[in-house]
Amino acid sequence: MSRFFIKSSLLYLLAGFTVGALLLMQKGWAFAPQIWLLLPFHIEIVIFGWILQLVMGTAFWMLPRFGETRGNEKTVWLAFLLINGGILLNLSAFFFHAALPALAGRVLEIGAVISFVVHAWPRVKPFAE
Amino acid sequence: MPILSRWFIKAGMLYFVFAMLLAVAANARGVWCFWHVLDFVQPVFYHALMVGWITQIIFGVSIWMFPRHTREQPRGSQRLGWATFYLLNIGLLMRIIAEPASVAAPSAIWNIALIFSAVLQWLAAIFYVFNIWKRVKGK
Repeated sequence: MSRFFIKSSLLYLLAGFTVGALLLMQKGWAFAPQIWLLLPFHIEIVIFGWILQLVMGTAFWMLPRFGETRGNEKTVWLAFLLINGGILLNLSAFFFHAALPALAGRVLEIGAVISFVVHAWPRVKPFAE
Repeated sequence: MPILSRWFIKAGMLYFVFAMLLAVAANARGVWCFWHVLDFVQPVFYHALMVGWITQIIFGVSIWMFPRHTREQPRGSQRLGWATFYLLNIGLLMRIIAEPASVAAPSAIWNIALIFSAVLQWLAAIFYVFNIWKRVKGK
Protein backbone atom coordinates (compact mmCIF):
# COMPACT_ATOMS: atom_id res chain seq x y z
CA MET A 1 0.00 0.00 0.00
CA SER A 2 2.78 2.42 0.97
CA ARG A 3 4.58 1.49 -2.21
CA PHE A 4 1.55 2.41 -4.32
CA PHE A 5 1.28 5.79 -2.61
CA ILE A 6 5.00 6.53 -2.79
CA LYS A 7 5.57 5.38 -6.39
CA SER A 8 2.50 7.30 -7.48
CA SER A 9 3.83 10.39 -5.65
CA LEU A 10 7.20 10.01 -7.40
CA LEU A 11 5.46 10.01 -10.78
CA TYR A 12 3.62 13.18 -9.79
CA LEU A 13 6.96 14.68 -8.67
CA LEU A 14 8.32 14.10 -12.17
CA ALA A 15 5.20 15.54 -13.79
CA GLY A 16 5.15 18.52 -11.41
CA PHE A 17 8.82 19.36 -11.92
CA THR A 18 8.45 18.97 -15.70
CA VAL A 19 5.55 21.42 -15.86
CA GLY A 20 7.33 23.69 -13.35
CA ALA A 21 10.50 23.69 -15.46
CA LEU A 22 8.49 24.62 -18.57
CA LEU A 23 6.83 27.48 -16.68
CA LEU A 24 10.17 28.77 -15.36
CA MET A 25 11.79 28.51 -18.79
CA GLN A 26 8.88 30.49 -20.14
CA LYS A 27 9.92 33.35 -17.86
CA GLY A 28 13.36 33.40 -19.47
CA TRP A 29 12.33 32.65 -23.04
CA ALA A 30 8.74 33.28 -24.14
CA PHE A 31 8.40 30.27 -26.42
CA ALA A 32 4.73 29.46 -25.68
CA PRO A 33 2.81 31.96 -23.53
CA GLN A 34 -0.23 29.67 -23.41
CA ILE A 35 1.83 27.39 -21.18
CA TRP A 36 0.74 29.59 -18.28
CA LEU A 37 -2.59 27.78 -18.45
CA LEU A 38 -0.71 24.90 -16.82
CA LEU A 39 -0.01 26.82 -13.61
CA PRO A 40 -3.00 25.40 -11.65
CA PHE A 41 -2.09 21.98 -13.08
CA HIS A 42 1.43 22.40 -11.64
CA ILE A 43 0.13 23.42 -8.20
CA GLU A 44 -2.40 20.55 -8.02
CA ILE A 45 0.15 17.93 -9.05
CA VAL A 46 2.84 19.10 -6.65
CA ILE A 47 0.69 19.63 -3.56
CA PHE A 48 -1.81 16.76 -3.81
CA GLY A 49 0.03 14.34 -6.09
CA TRP A 50 3.56 14.65 -4.76
CA ILE A 51 3.59 15.91 -1.19
CA LEU A 52 0.23 14.75 0.18
CA GLN A 53 0.49 11.26 -1.27
CA LEU A 54 4.06 10.82 -0.11
CA VAL A 55 3.09 11.81 3.42
CA MET A 56 0.11 9.42 3.40
CA GLY A 57 2.20 6.54 2.09
CA THR A 58 4.98 7.12 4.61
CA ALA A 59 2.53 7.49 7.49
CA PHE A 60 0.84 4.21 6.54
CA TRP A 61 4.26 2.54 6.56
CA MET A 62 5.69 4.04 9.75
CA LEU A 63 2.87 4.67 12.22
CA PRO A 64 2.69 2.15 15.11
CA ARG A 65 0.96 -1.13 14.21
CA PHE A 66 -1.48 -3.34 16.07
CA GLY A 67 0.80 -6.32 16.57
CA GLU A 68 1.43 -7.63 13.06
CA THR A 69 -1.30 -5.68 11.31
CA ARG A 70 -1.81 -2.08 10.35
CA GLY A 71 -5.53 -2.12 11.02
CA ASN A 72 -8.21 -1.82 8.38
CA GLU A 73 -6.35 -1.38 5.09
CA LYS A 74 -9.52 -1.04 3.02
CA THR A 75 -9.93 2.58 4.09
CA VAL A 76 -6.38 3.32 2.90
CA TRP A 77 -7.00 1.67 -0.47
CA LEU A 78 -10.13 3.80 -0.69
CA ALA A 79 -8.05 6.88 0.16
CA PHE A 80 -5.56 5.99 -2.58
CA LEU A 81 -8.28 5.59 -5.20
CA LEU A 82 -10.13 8.72 -4.11
CA ILE A 83 -7.09 10.99 -4.03
CA ASN A 84 -5.92 9.90 -7.46
CA GLY A 85 -9.42 10.08 -8.88
CA GLY A 86 -9.76 13.55 -7.37
CA ILE A 87 -6.48 14.77 -8.81
CA LEU A 88 -7.32 13.46 -12.29
CA LEU A 89 -10.77 15.05 -12.17
CA ASN A 90 -9.26 18.37 -11.12
CA LEU A 91 -6.68 18.20 -13.90
CA SER A 92 -9.42 17.54 -16.45
CA ALA A 93 -11.38 20.47 -15.00
CA PHE A 94 -8.41 22.79 -15.58
CA PHE A 95 -8.20 21.70 -19.20
CA PHE A 96 -11.90 22.01 -19.95
CA HIS A 97 -12.63 24.95 -17.61
CA ALA A 98 -15.45 22.93 -16.13
CA ALA A 99 -16.82 23.69 -12.67
CA LEU A 100 -18.52 20.36 -12.01
CA PRO A 101 -15.45 18.10 -12.40
CA ALA A 102 -13.50 20.56 -10.25
CA LEU A 103 -16.10 20.29 -7.49
CA ALA A 104 -16.25 16.50 -7.85
CA GLY A 105 -12.45 16.35 -7.72
CA ARG A 106 -12.32 18.28 -4.46
CA VAL A 107 -15.10 16.10 -3.01
CA LEU A 108 -13.10 12.98 -3.86
CA GLU A 109 -9.99 14.53 -2.33
CA ILE A 110 -11.71 15.34 0.94
CA GLY A 111 -13.15 11.82 0.88
CA ALA A 112 -9.57 10.54 0.60
CA VAL A 113 -8.45 12.66 3.53
CA ILE A 114 -11.35 11.50 5.74
CA SER A 115 -10.81 7.89 4.74
CA PHE A 116 -7.11 8.17 5.56
CA VAL A 117 -7.72 9.86 8.90
CA VAL A 118 -10.22 7.12 9.85
CA HIS A 119 -7.44 4.60 9.26
CA ALA A 120 -4.55 6.51 10.82
CA TRP A 121 -6.25 7.98 13.90
CA PRO A 122 -6.09 4.83 16.11
CA ARG A 123 -2.50 4.18 15.01
CA VAL A 124 -1.32 7.44 16.59
CA LYS A 125 -0.43 5.73 19.88
CA PRO A 126 2.60 4.45 21.79
CA PHE A 127 4.43 1.64 19.97
CA ALA A 128 4.00 -0.83 22.84
CA GLU A 129 0.17 -0.83 22.89
CA MET B 1 22.22 9.54 9.43
CA PRO B 2 24.19 9.46 6.13
CA ILE B 3 26.11 12.57 5.18
CA LEU B 4 24.03 13.17 2.05
CA SER B 5 20.82 13.19 4.11
CA ARG B 6 22.39 15.64 6.55
CA TRP B 7 23.26 18.00 3.71
CA PHE B 8 19.74 17.79 2.29
CA ILE B 9 18.10 18.36 5.66
CA LYS B 10 20.41 21.18 6.76
CA ALA B 11 20.05 22.89 3.38
CA GLY B 12 16.28 22.43 3.76
CA MET B 13 16.32 24.14 7.14
CA LEU B 14 18.34 27.06 5.74
CA TYR B 15 15.76 27.50 2.97
CA PHE B 16 13.00 27.40 5.59
CA VAL B 17 14.62 30.24 7.53
CA PHE B 18 15.35 32.12 4.30
CA ALA B 19 11.76 31.75 3.05
CA MET B 20 10.32 33.08 6.29
CA LEU B 21 12.79 36.00 6.37
CA LEU B 22 11.84 36.77 2.79
CA ALA B 23 8.16 36.78 3.75
CA VAL B 24 8.89 39.20 6.61
CA ALA B 25 10.94 41.44 4.31
CA ALA B 26 8.26 41.42 1.60
CA ASN B 27 5.63 42.40 4.15
CA ALA B 28 7.92 45.06 5.63
CA ARG B 29 8.25 46.47 2.13
CA GLY B 30 4.48 47.06 2.27
CA VAL B 31 4.99 49.24 5.36
CA TRP B 32 8.29 50.99 4.59
CA CYS B 33 9.35 51.70 1.02
CA PHE B 34 12.72 50.07 0.49
CA TRP B 35 14.37 47.70 -1.98
CA HIS B 36 11.66 47.51 -4.64
CA VAL B 37 12.86 44.09 -5.86
CA LEU B 38 10.91 42.68 -2.88
CA ASP B 39 7.74 43.38 -4.86
CA PHE B 40 8.64 40.45 -7.12
CA VAL B 41 9.65 37.75 -4.66
CA GLN B 42 6.36 35.89 -4.13
CA PRO B 43 7.20 32.98 -6.52
CA VAL B 44 10.65 32.76 -4.92
CA PHE B 45 9.06 32.58 -1.46
CA TYR B 46 6.74 29.72 -2.47
CA HIS B 47 9.52 27.76 -4.16
CA ALA B 48 12.01 28.30 -1.33
CA LEU B 49 9.35 26.79 0.92
CA MET B 50 8.07 23.97 -1.30
CA VAL B 51 11.26 22.98 -3.12
CA GLY B 52 13.99 24.30 -0.81
CA TRP B 53 12.39 23.19 2.45
CA ILE B 54 9.71 20.51 2.01
CA THR B 55 11.02 18.69 -1.06
CA GLN B 56 14.58 18.72 0.22
CA ILE B 57 13.56 17.40 3.63
CA ILE B 58 11.66 14.59 1.88
CA PHE B 59 14.68 13.80 -0.30
CA GLY B 60 17.00 13.72 2.72
CA VAL B 61 14.78 11.62 4.96
CA SER B 62 13.85 9.16 2.20
CA ILE B 63 17.52 8.62 1.27
CA TRP B 64 18.16 7.92 4.95
CA MET B 65 15.15 5.73 5.82
CA PHE B 66 13.85 3.90 2.77
CA PRO B 67 14.69 0.18 2.50
CA ARG B 68 18.22 -0.61 1.35
CA HIS B 69 18.87 -1.06 -2.35
CA THR B 70 21.60 -3.71 -2.00
CA ARG B 71 24.16 -4.61 0.66
CA GLU B 72 26.91 -3.00 -1.46
CA GLN B 73 24.91 0.10 -2.36
CA PRO B 74 22.40 0.46 0.47
CA ARG B 75 21.33 3.93 -0.59
CA GLY B 76 21.59 3.51 -4.33
CA SER B 77 24.13 5.47 -6.33
CA GLN B 78 26.00 8.02 -4.18
CA ARG B 79 26.99 9.91 -7.32
CA LEU B 80 23.40 10.32 -8.40
CA GLY B 81 22.47 11.35 -4.85
CA TRP B 82 25.09 14.09 -4.76
CA ALA B 83 24.25 15.15 -8.31
CA THR B 84 20.63 15.54 -7.18
CA PHE B 85 21.74 17.69 -4.24
CA TYR B 86 23.95 20.00 -6.30
CA LEU B 87 21.57 20.30 -9.25
CA LEU B 88 18.60 21.10 -7.04
CA ASN B 89 20.42 23.65 -4.92
CA ILE B 90 22.33 25.38 -7.71
CA GLY B 91 19.13 25.49 -9.78
CA LEU B 92 17.08 26.88 -6.92
CA LEU B 93 19.70 29.48 -5.96
CA MET B 94 19.85 30.62 -9.59
CA ARG B 95 16.10 31.02 -9.53
CA ILE B 96 16.14 32.93 -6.25
CA ILE B 97 18.53 35.48 -7.74
CA ALA B 98 17.39 35.57 -11.36
CA GLU B 99 13.59 35.55 -11.04
CA PRO B 100 13.12 38.82 -9.12
CA ALA B 101 16.09 40.36 -10.95
CA SER B 102 14.57 39.56 -14.34
CA VAL B 103 11.48 41.61 -13.43
CA ALA B 104 13.24 44.42 -11.54
CA ALA B 105 16.05 44.88 -14.07
CA PRO B 106 15.38 42.86 -17.26
CA SER B 107 18.48 41.49 -18.93
CA ALA B 108 19.40 38.54 -21.13
CA ILE B 109 21.67 37.16 -18.42
CA TRP B 110 18.72 36.69 -16.04
CA ASN B 111 16.70 35.00 -18.78
CA ILE B 112 19.50 32.56 -19.46
CA ALA B 113 19.90 31.92 -15.72
CA LEU B 114 16.16 31.12 -15.47
CA ILE B 115 16.38 28.59 -18.30
CA PHE B 116 19.41 26.94 -16.70
CA SER B 117 17.70 26.95 -13.32
CA ALA B 118 14.69 25.15 -14.80
CA VAL B 119 16.82 22.50 -16.47
CA LEU B 120 18.98 21.89 -13.38
CA GLN B 121 16.00 21.42 -11.06
CA TRP B 122 14.25 19.18 -13.57
CA LEU B 123 17.37 17.00 -13.84
CA ALA B 124 17.55 16.84 -10.04
CA ALA B 125 14.00 15.45 -9.93
CA ILE B 126 14.78 12.85 -12.59
CA PHE B 127 17.99 11.75 -10.83
CA TYR B 128 16.22 11.52 -7.47
CA VAL B 129 13.32 9.44 -8.80
CA PHE B 130 15.66 7.18 -10.77
CA ASN B 131 17.77 6.56 -7.65
CA ILE B 132 14.99 6.15 -5.08
CA TRP B 133 12.51 4.17 -7.22
CA LYS B 134 14.22 0.83 -6.66
CA ARG B 135 14.24 1.44 -2.90
CA VAL B 136 10.44 1.68 -2.75
CA LYS B 137 10.00 -2.01 -2.00
CA GLY B 138 9.22 -4.46 0.81
CA LYS B 139 12.06 -4.99 3.28
